Order: sequence, then structure tokens, then C-alpha cells
Amino acid sequence: MRYLVFIAVLLLPFAGAAQDWEDRQVFGISDTPPLRILSSTDTSFFASIIEDFIATQPNTSVEYLVTGTVDLDQLFRAGPDQYDIVISSAMDLQLKLANDGFSATVVNVDHPEWAQWHNSLFAFTSEPAAIVLNRQSFSDLRVPSSRQDLIQLMRDHPDRFQGRVGTYDVRQSGLGYLFATQDARATETYWRLTEVMGRVGARLYCCSGQMIDDLQSGDLIMAYNVLGSYAQAQAETSDDLMVILPSEFPTTMMRTILASSSAPDPQRAASFVRHLLNLQAIGDPQNFPLPPLVGSPDFQTQRTINLDPALMTYLDQMKREAFVREWEDAIVQVD
Amino acid sequence: MTADVNVSGSLRRRLTLILTGGAAVLAVILFLVVRVLAAQVAQQGQDNILTASMASALDTAVIREGRITLDFPYSSFSMLNTVADDRVFYAIHEGATLLSGYNWLVPPSDLVNGVATFETTIFNGDQVRVATGMRVLTGADGPRTVSVSIAQTQDALSNTLNAISRNIALLGLGFFVLSSVLAIWAASTTSGQMHRLTTSVTRRGPQDLSPVTKPVPSEMAPLVGSLNRFMSRLDQSLTQSEDFIAEAAHRIRTPLATVRSHAEATLQRVEHKENRKSLQAMVRAIDESSRAAGQLLDHAMVTFRAENLETSQIDLTDLLRDLVQSMSPMAEMKDISIAMELDGPANLQGDAILLQNALRNLIDNALKYAPVETGVTVRVVTDPRLAISIIDQGQGFAADEIHTLRGRFIRGKDMDNTVGSGLGLTIAHEVAIAHGGEMILTNTAEGGACVTLYL
Repeated sequence: MRYLVFIAVLLLPFAGAAQDWEDRQVFGISDTPPLRILSSTDTSFFASIIEDFIATQPNTSVEYLVTGTVDLDQLFRAGPDQYDIVISSAMDLQLKLANDGFSATVVNVDHPEWAQWHNSLFAFTSEPAAIVLNRQSFSDLRVPSSRQDLIQLMRDHPDRFQGRVGTYDVRQSGLGYLFATQDARATETYWRLTEVMGRVGARLYCCSGQMIDDLQSGDLIMAYNVLGSYAQAQAETSDDLMVILPSEFPTTMMRTILASSSAPDPQRAASFVRHLLNLQAIGDPQNFPLPPLVGSPDFQTQRTINLDPALMTYLDQMKREAFVREWEDAIVQVD
Repeated sequence: MTADVNVSGSLRRRLTLILTGGAAVLAVILFLVVRVLAAQVAQQGQDNILTASMASALDTAVIREGRITLDFPYSSFSMLNTVADDRVFYAIHEGATLLSGYNWLVPPSDLVNGVATFETTIFNGDQVRVATGMRVLTGADGPRTVSVSIAQTQDALSNTLNAISRNIALLGLGFFVLSSVLAIWAASTTSGQMHRLTTSVTRRGPQDLSPVTKPVPSEMAPLVGSLNRFMSRLDQSLTQSEDFIAEAAHRIRTPLATVRSHAEATLQRVEHKENRKSLQAMVRAIDESSRAAGQLLDHAMVTFRAENLETSQIDLTDLLRDLVQSMSPMAEMKDISIAMELDGPANLQGDAILLQNALRNLIDNALKYAPVETGVTVRVVTDPRLAISIIDQGQGFAADEIHTLRGRFIRGKDMDNTVGSGLGLTIAHEVAIAHGGEMILTNTAEGGACVTLYL
């Protein structure tokens, strides 16, 4: 690496000292305050993008802060002037941030209309939610291709799946909640699936990473609504994992970026957004290791979640309470 | 011609100005009215969608376990999606208590069940349109009111309005340009009528006092009527004065002849030298007066006949020969010889009496002003143009008077001892004009006067 990478655990004791980051890294050296990026994406996916940005901008350093989507949303709402960039997979929370005026308009962006909202929220990946299996544990079972197959499989072999099925805890994960609400909106099968998973004692996770770890270790044999991009990255190095996109429709999320409207240096924040979108458009995996935006506004087969104000529907307090209650009733089985 | 007329403004310019100004005002009014209407229609469209969104959310309100809950559909917000990605806000209240949504959206106090209320407010510097609806739910402990407010920014609306405004502005401009062209055309057509009348009056000859008979627009009829009446009065008074002069000349000439014959008779009888002298002076004066009266009569006759020419084929040679013959006694008295030079037969269409009159006056003049024992030449040239010249060997015209001598009663300055009225050249000139020709006065190389009639 041409640029020094600091593990910033010991540095920067001022902002959010009490904050428990999943990861925190500073790229580059500069005598000016760093560009602070608040993100839900693992650092490994963003390191090359940030280094590429620093190479084009003299005297710039970037502080990359990773945390969960819900946590991230709350942090940013509490101090929008503390951060320059917000990157998150929770499209609904991001859209609400933009809607509430937390995002700055970025001009001179050549980006498809369907992948941006209000010239201030930009989608830059297409990532489907996948069913991920542990290949060894599934050796003698039929590989499911749809949600319906999965339900049937768990009903037929409840003992095999007992305690070894994982999914998002929608109460903790913003992305999990987004996937769950979009699934529920699209098909009634979701509720039956949730109920069946609850019956076999599904384990609930905050993040895709932990689910994948447990799948690799064999603690889980199946996980539902795992972020396909993460699973695919692991599956390439390990034979244990099998990634399946539900054949009826994979719910597809777009990772989004916005520049804070009260960023300390709005020009720099906007140029980072432009830089990222430009790298996405070029699509060189060397510089842009994330899954590219799948270029069609045809949402029928892919079922990409639309960037529009309706995303705020399930963020409504009453709707959320009702949904979570129903979800709990289905998945948290009272012994 | 307009130099000595008191000119104030121009009808054409005023008309153009009023019409184009009116068109400009109308275009601006058109723009404003259509814009206001477009704004209303666009606002109505947004209000309808906000109402539908609000109603779809309000419909889902139920009381569950003592609490009001709304399970509003995804479409409540998705129907608010616009091209300009307008931002959306909402609030759900029970009475004045916020149940869910944005706390800055406060429902109006005067809500009516089942009727949507609209208001426009500013949030974060953006104009937002708010639709609020209310429902009364009956719970175990009595009626409870729930209200839903849906708000949306107006970016798409203002984009639409701007596009419409541009189109209306173009429409207004087109309307203005078209109206202006029509205005200029109308103004020039109207003033064209005046212009035609002016041309037809200007083109008339100086003697033409007949009324204007061409059709004119009704607005110009009073003016043309007055003009016609004025000209007819002028014509009448001119005729009267000519008649009067002719009558007066005639009445003077007859008694003068009587007086002259008496004077001549007396002269024969008087022996005393001084008495003879004064009698001779008397006869000369009488001759002079008689001649002046004769010329006045001639002039009146010429003026009358010039307007009503009685043309016939005239052999100029015959006419001149008769004339010279009749005047030779007068010439012999001064020992002047009259020579005629003709380069060929000369015929023309004209009024014989007028021509005779004019030529007699000219020859008479020549005889009068030519010195004793000289010659007067009458020359007729037919090529390139018929011209009759009367040339004497006198002292000629004075250079500074040569252009003014054609006027009535104008005489040369050094002619005091010669009998004359100053009408001879005038008569000849008017006859030439009446025949479509002209009279030119020159001096010959030897110094004599030369009067040429071009016919």
C-alpha cells in the first residue's frame, strides 16, 4: 500500500470517544481535519475507493467509521456537522435523512435518474438478499430454490434445522428491517416462512457478517436474507457456503451515499460523492470492489427497492411497532 | 408644402402607438391571467394527490386495545413520488397530541369531518403544501378524533409552472407581434386614404377648381365637403371678378372711342400750337386707355377660353399672314418692315382666336418697342418642336427682369414713354400654357428681344 493505514484506536480521542465503533480507520496524512465518513459498509470494501480519492486530492485524509445502520442513523441525526458523508445499506433510513433535509445537493453528477433521489441521495450498488446454506450440512437434503421450498424443507426436517437457522433481528438491524418489510409487502409467504423459522428456534443476528461466520463454522446450516454480496465474497474463498437467490424474486437493495448538508467542507464532501459515482460508472473491480449498480430500472424480475418517499412508510412509529409486534409473534416462540 | 402648415403630431403614428400599446397591454394581461389559471390548475392537481394520500392513510385508522393505530398502505406515500423528487412529510394527531410523524406539522383547529383542509407553509426554507383530514372514531369511552396531515414540497409544481410560463410568454409575444403588424397595416391603410386625397388635390392645375368627386371614407366626407364648397365659392368669385373686369373694360372702351373722335375733330379745327399739342397728348392718352381696356378684355377672354378650349385644325401660315397684313399699317407708320420666315407648312390643333390674340399682342409689342426703320421677324420652326418666335431689333429685355415679365401688369422699367398695360406677355403666356406649351423670353445676339412660343 502506498498510503499509510492507521488503525485509529489510539488516536483522535475527541469526537465520539465513548462511541463503540465496529471499525475506525484513518487514510492519508493531512494538516486539515479529515473527511469523516459514517458507513455501514465493511472497511475492506472501501479502502481502495478511499485511497483512489486521496490520490486525486492533495493534502486530504479520510476517517472511515463503521457502525450498524440504526446506530449510524441516530449518530448522524444527533450531530450532522460532525460528519461529511453517510453511506448505508438501509435505504429507508437514508431516504428519510434526505427527506428531512440532512443531505446536500450534489450537482454535475451523471447518474441514472432511478438511482438517485432529490439530487442528494445516490445509489451505487445493487445487492440482493440471499439464502445462504452450509454445503456440508445440506449434503443429503434437496437444495431449495425458493422461499416455498425452504418452508417445505423446514417442515419436513424440523429436527435438522432446530436452532440452526439464522436471520436478521429486525429490531436491531436497519437493513434487516428493510428486507423484512419489503418481503412482507411483496408476498404473504414471508410471514409463513418467519413462523416456520420461529418454530425451529431461529437465531437472530445484527449483521450479515456474523451469520456468515456461524454458517462457516457449522453452527448454522441455513440463513435467510443474508446480504448476498458479503456471502458471495466469502463463498469464493470457502467451499462451505452456497449462496442462493430466491427464484421467485430476490429482494434487491441499493447501497446509498449522501453528503451532509452541514458538512464542514461541502466542496470536499461533494467531490467524494462524485468520485465514488464515477468509480462505480467505470466499474473497475480493482478500484471498486463493491457489486455494481445493475443497470436497469426494470424492477419486475429483480425487484430492486425503489428510491421514493414510500420507503418512509415502515419507518412510521406506529407502523414499526405493529410490524415488530407481528414479527415477534411469528418468530419469538414462547416455550 | 407642409412647411407653412402648423403640424402637431401624426395620425398614423398616434394610431400605431395606440394599437401596439393596446396589444402590449393585452399580451401582458393574457400572460398574467393564463399564468394564474395554470397555477390554480397545477395546485389543484397537487391538492388532489395530497387528498388521496391523506384519505388512504386516514381510512386505516382504528382503535385497537384502546389506542388509535393507523396501518396506512405503502401507496399512501408512493403516490406522492414526483419527477422532481419532492420531499414528503406527514403527521398523525389525536386531537392536538402527536401520535406519529413530524412534530412541526400542526393540524389546523377548524377541521371538519370528511373535508380536507389545505394550507401552504414554509419548512426549512422550502414551500410546502399541506393537506389535513379528520375522522371521528367511536371508542368504548366516547368519540375520539384523529387527523392526518400530508405535506409535500412544490419543486415539481414550480418546474411545471415555469415551463408553462415560458410557453405563455412566447404565446403573448407572438400575439403582440401579430397585433403590431396588423396595427401598422391598419394605420397605413387609414392614412393612405388621406394621402390619396392629398395627391389628387395637389396634382390639379392652378385653374382647376372643380369639386372632388372620387369616393372618400365617411369620416373624411365633412372635410372634403368643406373643401368642395370652398373651391366652388372661390371659382364663383373668380368668375365674377373676370366678368366684372370684362364688363368694365367694354364700358370704358365705347365712350373712349367717342371722346377720341371728338378730340380728333377738334384737332383739325384748332390752330394754336399749344392747344394742338395738348389735344395730341389727349389723343395719345385716350389711345393708351383704349388699348389697356382692350387688353383687359383680351385677357378676360383668354382666361375664359383657356378653360374651355375650342380647338380646330389651324394653318399657322394663313393665320400669321392675315395677322401681319392687318398690322402692317401700324408698322408703316414707324417705317418698320415685318419679315416672315417659315421652314415649311405648319399646322396645329388649337384655339384660333386665342392664338391670334397672343400673336397679335406679341407683334404689337415688337412694333412698339422696336426703333424706327428696323425690322421685325416672325419665324416659325417646326422641327424638333413647333415654335413661333417674334424678334425685334430693339434694346431687348433687361437681364434682371426677364423672368418676371410674364406676370400681370408687370412692365419693363425703361418703357415709360411707350404706351402699354403690361398684359401682352401675360396673355401670350397663358395661351401657350392653355395649349400645353410655354413661352420663353430671350435676347438675340444683336441685343434685340426674342419671344418664343413653344406649342
